[in-house]
Amino acid sequence: MRAYLSDRMGAALLMAPLLLFLVLAYAWPFLGVVKWSFTLPTPGLGQYNALLTDQLVQSVFIRTLRIAAIVTIVSVVAAYAITVVWVRGTPVQRVVAEFCILVPFWISVLTRAFGWVALLSNRGLINTWLQAVGFISEPLALVRNEFGVIVGMTHFLIPFAVFPLASSMRSLDDRVLLAARGLGSSRMRTFWSVFVPMTRSGIIGSALIVFVFSLGFFVTPAILGGGRSVMIAELIYLRIFQSPDWGLGAAISVVLVLFVGALMALLFRYIRPKQLV
Amino acid sequence: MQQPGRAAEIKAIGIGKSFGSFRALDDLTLDIGRGEFLTLLGPSGSGKTTFLMILAGFIQPTDGRLYSDGVDITERPAEQRAAGMVFQGYALFPHMSVEANIAFPLKVRKKPAAEIKRRVGEMIERVGLKGHEKKLPSQLSGGQQQRVALARALVFEPGVLLLDEPFSALDKGLRGQMQAEMKRLHQETGTTFVFVTHDQSEALALSSRVAIFNHGKLLQVGAPDEVYDRPDNRFVAEFLGEINMLPLKGVRPANNGSTGLCEDRAISMRCKAEKVRGDAILAIRPEYMSIAREAATGENGIAATAVASTYLGAATRLDLTTRQGAKVTISVPNEVAASALSKGNSVWLTWPAEKGFLLPNGGQ
Ligand SMILES: Nc1ncnc2c1ncn2[C@@H]1O[C@H](COP(=O)(O)OP(=O)(O)OP(=O)(O)O)[C@@H](O)[C@H]1O
Ligand SMILES: [Mg+2]
Repeated sequence: MRAYLSDRMGAALLMAPLLLFLVLAYAWPFLGVVKWSFTLPTPGLGQYNALLTDQLVQSVFIRTLRIAAIVTIVSVVAAYAITVVWVRGTPVQRVVAEFCILVPFWISVLTRAFGWVALLSNRGLINTWLQAVGFISEPLALVRNEFGVIVGMTHFLIPFAVFPLASSMRSLDDRVLLAARGLGSSRMRTFWSVFVPMTRSGIIGSALIVFVFSLGFFVTPAILGGGRSVMIAELIYLRIFQSPDWGLGAAISVVLVLFVGALMALLFRYIRPKQLV
Repeated sequence: MQQPGRAAEIKAIGIGKSFGSFRALDDLTLDIGRGEFLTLLGPSGSGKTTFLMILAGFIQPTDGRLYSDGVDITERPAEQRAAGMVFQGYALFPHMSVEANIAFPLKVRKKPAAEIKRRVGEMIERVGLKGHEKKLPSQLSGGQQQRVALARALVFEPGVLLLDEPFSALDKGLRGQMQAEMKRLHQETGTTFVFVTHDQSEALALSSRVAIFNHGKLLQVGAPDEVYDRPDNRFVAEFLGEINMLPLKGVRPANNGSTGLCEDRAISMRCKAEKVRGDAILAIRPEYMSIAREAATGENGIAATAVASTYLGAATRLDLTTRQGAKVTISVPNEVAASALSKGNSVWLTWPAEKGFLLPNGGQ
């Protein structure tokens, strides 16, 4: 008990500066945003009312949820495959997988978004190449739409999905897999009915992380969506910086933060923070 | 191993396994009879688990062949051998209920739902898990988890059941209970059991035969009383229980056995002096030795002095030293120990001729 307490105390002490920083840099300004949402342009619940009726805001919310859901599914599936190789592959496979997971962290999100533009645009690498080979006559619309946004976001988020999966796969007892095989189960069957269910907490953690990140994405959708596939963060930006509609922008922010908060609460109910790293 | 419901007969010929330059198993040849209860016994690192894994198909041997009912199965993958296996630590599926764990091998064999339900129900009854069907493994006690592991490994009626130290995590009382239960399961199913342990009393109590391993080598195989009473070498003799060893000179064959000199007294043995000549070691289990005031001529006996005693409750452990300094330990009734010590003078240790056996002098 004493060890436990002092452990907690030590952790609290170590985290104190971070907490202070978070309060000063986020919580305090956010309270200001909350205030705006109730006072601008006139005091009252007017902005929240507008949220419920404004068609544009609603369509952006729905698009954001849709994109986040698709990105989550694709990222988690792809990350799962990479993580299996990283955690359970041969030594060479492990090194290659680790490289693929870590390299994206060294390249800025902006660089990567423009990289995708260069690949996907009408006169980009993919379209030029496909036309040269003769597969298509007209360029495919790969960017400046939802598809481009999903590609860019998935690419960015896969590495983040890897870590919770890796920790759940590492903690899995190999003998359980051997037992399944010894009981007559094929490799495939063992994978689907033993391996995957046993990494459930990793899958949930990884999906929630990707989903929450996706909801607040700004740079990637702004560049790869080309203004035609606006997501919620970009909408907030537009409301605050381009139209003098601070109250509505603030109200959207508040709703987004509450939603993300609820998701995080869910995340920590299902898995302990230690399992995420 | 291929016909469900029938006990398998396994033949291992010259099995060897190297991990890099390390030799974990060497030239192991062993026949495992149909329906037998064979125990693999040996100290830690002697290769027992490695051999069991080779039998299960989880490890490929580097040398040798493995036959099941006369068919070469050396290269057959584990899921096709379908040996029932109980792992150390049980290796239950943590996300499945007791019922689902036991049903798993039947499900992968695509048995009809009604049959699965019936057989799982029977198995649950048989291992005494009724009322726990819906629980997850984490909600069970160690002994209950053990039963689930046994039920899961037996439900598909494998030709052979492999058990790797299944009781090592249980406390002593539960261990005894599970041992009895396993013996009953063996009789009921008639399946071939191969059981790993490093507890010699467990091995002697349970098995029809015991195979003793050391440093990756199979040293001796035989019925429990055979390996206990007539070990082939010093390692087996010492590993299976306490033993007293006396140096013996001039060993030679004699009518119905052999004879030699121990501290200038003629000693006779029933065993043949085949492997040893001249100098050897005479080994006698402590429980076969007794204390006497004197030894008659022709009787096996040696003079010794009692030096210490340890009270054990039911009996007393007595440490003695012979005239030439050999140490002997025996277990005697409490009052005998008291009188032997109080006199502080020499007593005679005697034993029947059929209870002493010869071991080669020196190492193994
Ligand atoms: N995968 C492996 N790589 C290298 N060495 C191994 C491997 N598996 C086992 N060994 C070695 O082989 C030897 C035999 O191991 P094994 O697990 O069969 O012993 P054991 O008799 O089961 O011991 P214990 O009673 O401790 O379980 C050990 O020295 C072990 O270190
Ligand atoms: Mg072992």
